[in-house]
Amino acid sequence: MDNVVRIHASSGTTGQPTVVGYTARDINTWSELMARALTAGGAGPKDIIHNAYGYGLFTGGLGVHYGAEKLGASVIPVSGGNTNRQIIIMRDFGPTILTATPSYALHLAEVAEEMGVSFENLKFKYGVFGAEPWSEQMRHEIERKLHLKAVDIYGLSELIGPGVAVECHEAQNGLHIFEDHFIPEIIDPATGKVLPYGESGELVFTSITKEAFPIVRYRTRDITSLNPEPCICGRTLVRMKKVSGRTDDMLIIRGVNVFPSQIESVLMEIEGIEPHYQLVVDREDNLDTLTVLVEINERSFSDEVKVLQQLERKISINIKEYLGVSARVKLVEPKVIARSQGKAVRVIDNRKI
Amino acid sequence: MRVKQISVFLENKAGRLSEVTAILAEAGINIRALSVADTSDFGVLRLIVNDNQKALEALKNNGFSVGITDVVAVEVMDKPGGLHTILDLLHKAQINVEYMYAFVQQSGSNAVMIFRFDHIEEAIKLLEENGLTVINGSKVYSL
Repeated sequence: MDNVVRIHASSGTTGQPTVVGYTARDINTWSELMARALTAGGAGPKDIIHNAYGYGLFTGGLGVHYGAEKLGASVIPVSGGNTNRQIIIMRDFGPTILTATPSYALHLAEVAEEMGVSFENLKFKYGVFGAEPWSEQMRHEIERKLHLKAVDIYGLSELIGPGVAVECHEAQNGLHIFEDHFIPEIIDPATGKVLPYGESGELVFTSITKEAFPIVRYRTRDITSLNPEPCICGRTLVRMKKVSGRTDDMLIIRGVNVFPSQIESVLMEIEGIEPHYQLVVDREDNLDTLTVLVEINERSFSDEVKVLQQLERKISINIKEYLGVSARVKLVEPKVIARSQGKAVRVIDNRKI
Repeated sequence: MRVKQISVFLENKAGRLSEVTAILAEAGINIRALSVADTSDFGVLRLIVNDNQKALEALKNNGFSVGITDVVAVEVMDKPGGLHTILDLLHKAQINVEYMYAFVQQSGSNAVMIFRFDHIEEAIKLLEENGLTVINGSKVYSL
């Protein structure tokens, strides 16, 4: 522990909270990689970076922050939230690079419009977006609405945080993996067999330079393929395709990893509740929303509305406290959530990524 | 001295109330009084019926979440101030009324109110000590 100078945490990729540590050298490595990532995304020492990734235990905020400082750029550590104020900061400070989750970027665009601020008049040139899956269509929407060039950044806290791979703004065609620090492999998720370049499968990583938290052949649960062809940007680092899905049921809601099983644990702790639940994920005004449907039963039912409302609130508060994600809780009648043979349908994801 | 009230959980979906009444009708149940409390997501339907067991079974068999609650039926003078007298009495004794609703039928020349109390025994004692008539369950179902 003496050598660990930083601690971060996230739901990781398995549902149990993942806590990771960094030595001073790890932090330096991370800053280097993030400086590289920002450069690939179009940033340079003269840029002003508006960092809207969350600061705290989440690796996004501080990851970009240290990378920006290493690069020599000027970073504005706005973090997430307080959207109206962020728009005013954009208008007054004139940042040239935006770093945020893709859905938050669209939300910023929306709020800006409501406030009468046009991104056309702002000074953004490039944006580096990640922490959640996003499609080419979403990229086009972001580029159109925010008047900047958008690249994808990839990472996971078990490896280092963001900064494992990044798209170059020149090609916007695959994310360059920093192979001098992380060795990628693609495997068949069912058999574990290593697959050749070009074939789609589960991404596996081995760290080479990590000190406090080294990993060997770590399964990310992300699905992609590798492309060794040289890129027009000049980099010869192997590229991974934009992540197309996962091998498990993990959801990313507003940048937070959420497993249905975690919701289940929260419900099980509350007296009287049986684990007949369903997660409904929507995207409203470009922000992810989570509604948890929970079946009422003999034990949890009350003739008093206020007791039922208190129950809804309690579940919602517990979910927020344990998972860090805000959920709306809706009590439903018994048997409303379809029982299935085998694995229950826990998640209805209405978002069109 | 207590009255058994049936409460049913209903989602705010079209037709739920209608389905409940259909089930009760088919089981030959007569509804004596009812009230619906609603929120944006769900409602709680409260019923006083003429045959609690039968109603309970019928609703449960059709997948509804039901409960039985003890409530109190009180005779109220059918003129201005009748209800106020009772509520004022309760308030002074610091007895909380969770909810209340009126009964359709009269008891003699008096109106009837259904009350849900936090402290039911205390409430009944207080009312009777002050000369109010608390109606027996069995009488209420067949009023």
